[in-house]
Amino acid sequence: MAERRDVVDQATWVDRFSSLPAARRSLILLSPAFALIGAFGLAPLGLILVYSFLVPGTYGGVVWELSFGAYIQFLFERDIFDGTLTFHLSYLQIGARSVILAGLAVVGCLLIGFPTAYFIATRPPGLRNVLIFLVTVPFWTNLLVRTFSMMLILRDQGPLNSILMGIGIAEKPLSLLYTDFAIGLGLLYSFLPFMVLPIYASLERIDFRLVEAAYDLYANRWRVLQRILIPLSLPGIAGGCFLVFIPSLSSFLAPDLLGGGKHLMIGNLIAQQFGTARNWPFGAAAAMILLSLVLIALMIYARQVARRERNVA
Amino acid sequence: MNAALSQTPPAAVGTAIELRSVTKVFQTGTAGSVTALDEVSLAIRDNEFFTLLGPSGCGKTTLLRLIAGFEQVTRGDILLFGDDVAGLPPHKRPINTVFQHYALFPHMTVAENVAFGLRMLRRNKAEIRRTVETMLTLVKMPDLGERKSSQLSGGQQQRVALARALANHPRVLLLDEPLSALDLKLRQEMRLELKTLQRETGITFIFVTHDQEEALTMSDRIAVLQAGRIQQVGTPDAIYEHPANPFVANFMGETNLLSAVLGTVERDMIRCQLEGGAEVLARPVGTKAAGCRVTLSLRPERIVLTADPGSGLAGRITDCLYRGTDTSYRVKLERGPELQVYEQNVADHSHGMSVGDSVRALIAPGAARILVG
Repeated sequence: MAERRDVVDQATWVDRFSSLPAARRSLILLSPAFALIGAFGLAPLGLILVYSFLVPGTYGGVVWELSFGAYIQFLFERDIFDGTLTFHLSYLQIGARSVILAGLAVVGCLLIGFPTAYFIATRPPGLRNVLIFLVTVPFWTNLLVRTFSMMLILRDQGPLNSILMGIGIAEKPLSLLYTDFAIGLGLLYSFLPFMVLPIYASLERIDFRLVEAAYDLYANRWRVLQRILIPLSLPGIAGGCFLVFIPSLSSFLAPDLLGGGKHLMIGNLIAQQFGTARNWPFGAAAAMILLSLVLIALMIYARQVARRERNVA
Repeated sequence: MNAALSQTPPAAVGTAIELRSVTKVFQTGTAGSVTALDEVSLAIRDNEFFTLLGPSGCGKTTLLRLIAGFEQVTRGDILLFGDDVAGLPPHKRPINTVFQHYALFPHMTVAENVAFGLRMLRRNKAEIRRTVETMLTLVKMPDLGERKSSQLSGGQQQRVALARALANHPRVLLLDEPLSALDLKLRQEMRLELKTLQRETGITFIFVTHDQEEALTMSDRIAVLQAGRIQQVGTPDAIYEHPANPFVANFMGETNLLSAVLGTVERDMIRCQLEGGAEVLARPVGTKAAGCRVTLSLRPERIVLTADPGSGLAGRITDCLYRGTDTSYRVKLERGPELQVYEQNVADHSHGMSVGDSVRALIAPGAARILVG
């Protein structure tokens, strides 16, 4: 008897749930996900936002006192003696060089990633999976370790310089390490898979009979690329560009190790403020500025996608 | 008819495409290989509606792809208006293709699709616009130029694919089973339209299909392919009436394939004794003499059934299938094999014959064909 009542109770619980309105039901089912995003995504972000409007504590941390000082500090320098503000560029320069380096990383990744993705997408299906697997192999090793090994390759006595001197391109070792070139190369190497994978996903879906049709209609290889392959893989290209641009912009390992800490990117600036500089509000403000930059870029992209879709419909 | 069409140069009577011993072998994996085409030789005349007909896997699409330039021959030569096209990539051949699944560019409008070839040829803008308009009118879609190709029905996509290929005034148009994705009604309509288009444009059409009815109704000449070899080339009626071998006879419509032994010649006919003893008269072929075993092809619609006991071969109806325009019977001959017979339904089910009835099968002299090979 008791067992039977158990079954009945269970049934009513399920019945009650399924008799709820659909919207309420999905809300209940989604609540664990919402809780997780709220606790570990939105709450820290809110905290950073709040911190950026506070005053730095002497030994790190914050003093709970409203201030716009952190944002002002980004653009102006306060004179130590009379307290007047003078416009200064050094932080803006860090922002600009971050954008430029990240942009170059995107261009480099695109130039290498598109042909790679195309090559993979045009192999037989079995081989395709193997190659895609190989693309993801670098993820198995820690980024820090990989960046250190880049340092070994690039240093004055490293293999790259030995090869360059061996084939007579360079007479004495080129100083490659601790330059913007090294940072760019590091970003390119770290984020290349993020370019290859989405472009591959786009290219793989393309009906290659369209390529034949274009050849048939007098298009040469270049025109096929320009008129058929690139337009049809544009979602993948755009996705890849964002996936490379965003982490490149906020990267701090590559500039720290490969740039020798001399050439700061905005990621290093933020890390410094929370670390050695002990200015949390300024670090938080820099993080918010970075976040705004990324959001603006995403919004421009989203608007263009929407416009394109409206044209299709 | 219109500006675009009048630009097509007057057709010279000659050979558009000549295939000389074309062989195509595909490597499968590391060990095996498949011979898709085996020593195919063929001359397709300029201005001709030529059909490559055969079951799937017979090599007809491979042949089309070789002509278009998507594949390279393993051996042999392909001549286009007398010039060897070996090594010429598809975009340098004055040939266009209508693909089986249309292959319209999904990111372009209908007009952009049609204009694609002319843009690649760097024609001036005014000319392109004019031609696109003419072509869309030609395929009866004058107001749909701004639509995206994904918004079109199957039949409309078919027309756009046709317009896109014809816009370039190719000297040869290849059509790879273009009607197979359409429903029956539309397919019959498009057959007539394609035939008319070919006549009006004077472009050589090479049409690939596995549908024998399509081939019969549209073509000037047909090549029947099987297992990478050409079985027979000829006009539709020559192929239907005088099939070269059992495969062609069977593939081109329904037929009764009967084994027989040749007998004596009687005026211009030869007696053929079927298994069981019944005799039919056929036209003698080649040097086959009395006593030879041969295969006869006897079309079901050439046999007339009658209840009159005075003439024909005696038999009994074993099966009867009403099919609208005609009725299909199976008749077991008393002194011979079972035959398939189609009788036209002239009045309402006029014959009134049913399973079990005794009938006479009338077979006119020459109705049965002796198959060579």
